[in-house]
Amino acid sequence: MAAHFNLFLQAAFVENLALTFFLGMCTFLAVSKQVETALGLGVAVVAVQAITVPVNYLISTYLLTDGALAWAGLPDVDLSFLGLVVYIGVIAALVQILEMALDRYVPKLYNALGIFLPLITVNCAILGGTLFMVERRYDFSESVVYGFGSGFGWAVAIVALSGIREKLRYSDVPDGLQGLGITFIIVGLMSLGFMGLSGIQL
Amino acid sequence: MMADYRKVLFDPLVDNNPVTLQVLGICSALAVTTSLLPALLMCAAMTGVAMMSSAAISSIRNYIPNNIRIIIQMTIIASFVIVVDQLLKAYAYETSKQLSVFVGLIITNCIILGRAEAYAMKHGVGMSFLDGLGNGLGYSAILIFVATMRELFGAGSLLGYQILPLAGDGGWYEANGLMLLPPSAFFIIGLLIWLIRTLRPKQVEKPDYQIHEVHRTEIL
Repeated sequence: MAAHFNLFLQAAFVENLALTFFLGMCTFLAVSKQVETALGLGVAVVAVQAITVPVNYLISTYLLTDGALAWAGLPDVDLSFLGLVVYIGVIAALVQILEMALDRYVPKLYNALGIFLPLITVNCAILGGTLFMVERRYDFSESVVYGFGSGFGWAVAIVALSGIREKLRYSDVPDGLQGLGITFIIVGLMSLGFMGLSGIQL
Repeated sequence: MMADYRKVLFDPLVDNNPVTLQVLGICSALAVTTSLLPALLMCAAMTGVAMMSSAAISSIRNYIPNNIRIIIQMTIIASFVIVVDQLLKAYAYETSKQLSVFVGLIITNCIILGRAEAYAMKHGVGMSFLDGLGNGLGYSAILIFVATMRELFGAGSLLGYQILPLAGDGGWYEANGLMLLPPSAFFIIGLLIWLIRTLRPKQVEKPDYQIHEVHRTEIL
């Protein structure tokens, strides 16, 4: 249990997907102008990430790795080269299913998330989470924790950034830095702050 | 006609750079730039995929049903990324290990999908190929600049050759460790944007919220 909690902290803060691996930067910078929208996107990312990472774990372990198809009588087949196209397919399909399910059962949340759900397909934090899970050979329970933790970290980072950007409206920024430039520098400072959390271990 | 080609090819380098102006493809632009060699390899991979996928998508653009076009584009892009990934593993294994997941993440690089959606779906094969090449090069320009700064000042070397002799080895240069850490990439790109926009004032964004300048007469 302690190991899993540790992995959660690691995934959410020390190895924050947005601030140390630069994943999901495009949406991170584009959708962080207001706290409310950032919060919506953050929640959607946590949900999608917590589902896709374990699902891709199951697919990669029982269908794609070397010898994984032994249960089907094909012990010599290695399909791991198909990984990338399968993972992105799974992500696109899951996002679509999630969208339909939310529309049917929780229309309120569906309306709140709006355009952000389909955008998540091309968010590299999601595919990145899956690829890190494969590369680091997590087991099933670890992949659940990692999916949730990394999504949570990304959400915290985007909500924090949007809070700062809302305050930033009242500051006098030089012309050339206006908009994108100053945002980059703020994200750099936030990343510096998150680095202070490295070394936390239970 | 020649001018058209030149415009499509060179516009993305500075005037319409995908990273600094269109805010696309930043994800991988930052993570692989701690040293120059992996950055160069990443540029080659990215430019290759951008060219090939733009050309491929443009060549079948009239047959793609509109409501499933994103999935088709993703599948085409993912297939080219798999080819590049396998090539890198075969011929540059060490560096491909260093790039780790970022080669796979070319799939979700918004530059490629963005160009496919915005340009390749509407233009011919040749022009789309050039557009892919141009945007790949624009991305590469930023990547190479950032990687050069980070490796030169962070480790005193370029492509592994020592340029600035380190103080630890009896030289005079004290390496700046911050350059090798993630925050420096953000700072360098932020400052680079500042530089480009100072040189090209047309790219400056309008502030969302104008601070009202109080004139002396108003106080009275």
